[in-house]
Amino acid sequence: VGKSKVDEEVLDELETVLVHADVGIGTTVKIIDRIEKRVARDKYVGTSDLDRILREEIMDLMEENTGGVAADFTLPDTGGNPYVIMVVGVNGVGKTTTIGKLASQFHKAGKKVVLGAGDTFRAAAVDQLKIWGDRVGIPVIDHGMNTDPASVAYDAVKKGVEMGADVVIIDTAGRLHTKVGLMNELTKIKRVMQKVIDAAPHEVLLVLDGSTGQNAVIQAREFTKATEVTALAVTKLDGTAKGGVIIGISDEFKIPVKYIGVGERVEDLQVFDKREFVDSLFSKK
Amino acid sequence: MFENLSTKLDRAFKTLKGQGSITEINVAQTIKEVRRALVDADVNYKVAKTVTDKIKDEAMGRDVLIAVSPGQLMVKIVHEELTELMGGEKKDININGSPAIVLIAGLQGSGKTTFTGKLANFLKRQGKGVMVAACDVYRPAAIDQLNVLADQVGVDFYAERESKDPVSIARNAVEHAKRTGKKVIIIDTAGRLAVDEAMMQEIYDIKEAIRPTETLFVVDSMTGQDAVNTAKTFNERINFDGVVLTKLDGDSRGGAALSIRAVVEKPIKFISTGEKMEALDLFYPDRMAQRILGM
Ligand SMILES: Nc1nc2c(ncn2[C@@H]2O[C@H](COP(=O)(O)OP(=O)(O)OP(=O)(O)O)[C@@H](O)[C@H]2O)c(=O)[nH]1
Ligand SMILES: Nc1nc2c(ncn2[C@@H]2O[C@H](COP(=O)(O)OP(=O)(O)OP(=O)(O)O)[C@@H](O)[C@H]2O)c(=O)[nH]1
Ligand SMILES: [K+]
Ligand SMILES: [Mg+2]
Ligand SMILES: [Mg+2]
Repeated sequence: VGKSKVDEEVLDELETVLVHADVGIGTTVKIIDRIEKRVARDKYVGTSDLDRILREEIMDLMEENTGGVAADFTLPDTGGNPYVIMVVGVNGVGKTTTIGKLASQFHKAGKKVVLGAGDTFRAAAVDQLKIWGDRVGIPVIDHGMNTDPASVAYDAVKKGVEMGADVVIIDTAGRLHTKVGLMNELTKIKRVMQKVIDAAPHEVLLVLDGSTGQNAVIQAREFTKATEVTALAVTKLDGTAKGGVIIGISDEFKIPVKYIGVGERVEDLQVFDKREFVDSLFSKK
Repeated sequence: MFENLSTKLDRAFKTLKGQGSITEINVAQTIKEVRRALVDADVNYKVAKTVTDKIKDEAMGRDVLIAVSPGQLMVKIVHEELTELMGGEKKDININGSPAIVLIAGLQGSGKTTFTGKLANFLKRQGKGVMVAACDVYRPAAIDQLNVLADQVGVDFYAERESKDPVSIARNAVEHAKRTGKKVIIIDTAGRLAVDEAMMQEIYDIKEAIRPTETLFVVDSMTGQDAVNTAKTFNERINFDGVVLTKLDGDSRGGAALSIRAVVEKPIKFISTGEKMEALDLFYPDRMAQRILGM
């Protein structure tokens, strides 16, 4: 955007940048419409203003992160019960890794953490989570492979209560949202936990791969239908993908982005920062 | 979306017909609709532009302006062009050699380890002696994961649990496959980002050390605009022979297939359609074109 006045050409360029960041045509058109309206209203808008306005408009579309876990990993009041987080998403997006990182953050913040190995399906999924548990030095409740995930979740929440844990995080097997049986299974896992704690899970965290394109919108829709997703985590933003699809998702479903994954190490989890995210959409890398 | 595109194109042409003759400007309008549909299907923006320019030329050349149902002809042209772009002559996996060495590479979580198990299963069923080797020394339980899959499909498994050197593990694995008279050895590697210089050097070094018969790049079909960057960088570093497109059992349009093909000109050799070891298929360009268009 290197001109002094907003015209057709500048807006075209803007469209290219946004679409390349996976923002999607629909949301891109929405953003450009908003800008055009402001430009018409404010009469003269130079490019330096455009830059600022653009970032503001995009941030406006995105949901504020309200409630739940705070940026410093302090937890809301759950009446003495552990705060239960259920982690869901399609295959290979980074659920188990995000759980390992989250567990480490809570642990560092002085919280007592319990993990539940609810992926009893994918080869060595239980072992993978147990290694993360060992790294952080926290217990992992498991029933081994090929067992009922709902029963693992039930036990993990129960153990969490018994042990006076502050947080229980339940891993689930990756599943494509098109598989009805597997989506129903999530609903069941969720329901079973409520036998232990009424309000559980307090948080349903949908993990999205930052390099996913427009399919992420459908993922958000279908997982929300099955489990009432309350927050998003976006992974693999350490690559060249921009993750722009979450703008439309956050706007359409009013679900805030809470965390981003920026690597494979335990410390590579960040609390989502809207401004930084929007800035990164326009950076070259 | 195909319904959508089809009706949109029909409508665009119909209004025009009422006004007399269809002009080049009107075609440009419908071309814009096609481009949008492609980008919605995650085809890279630049690639979509190039493709639709070609479609436009084709449409003009085939007299879409005077066709009885220009909308339908347009859709036909789009489908044909996409098919051709992803097609060319069909190329199978090369497993000539004793043993044939297949190297698997790609981004994190794309489906490499699962595909390694599937390919082993596929080749074993053709009566070939297969071994798989675990060269991912980073991801927790990566070795166990491949071990489980190897047992499931009943092929030999090679790992060095104490080693942190994937290059040397790969080299030793190939030696081992030779000694034990295997027909094919498949090397699973860690997921890596194209911008991770050290990890890209590592996969290059593995390739240099074992000189594979076939190097396959595994891509998640849900990948968005970034697919071209990744494919380009991996291709520059390891000059892969073919592409594997995974997770096509979902409802992603798979526009990445078109983008990658257009950018690196390497054939897509397999598609992965599930978590089970049997869920492996060959790639058919016309079906993929239909999928991208939502037909
Ligand atoms: N570069 C990078 N890699 C990541 C990030 N998060 C996860 N990964 C990697 O992505 C791959 C898949 O991560 P998992 O945590 O196993 O994903 P998952 O969603 O649990 O996968 P399934 O359980 O098989 O569905 C692993 O290689 C992780 O190391 C991230 O933020 N950046
Ligand atoms: N639905 C579906 N899931 C798949 C397919 N291929 C792989 N998966 C799943 O995707 C997830 C990741 O697969 P992996 O084989 O572990 O991927 P990877 O590339 O080896 O991952 P890293 O080694 O961590 O980089 C697992 O949950 C697999 O079961 C597929 O074709 N369809
Ligand atoms: K990024
Ligand atoms: Mg997992
Ligand atoms: Mg793997």
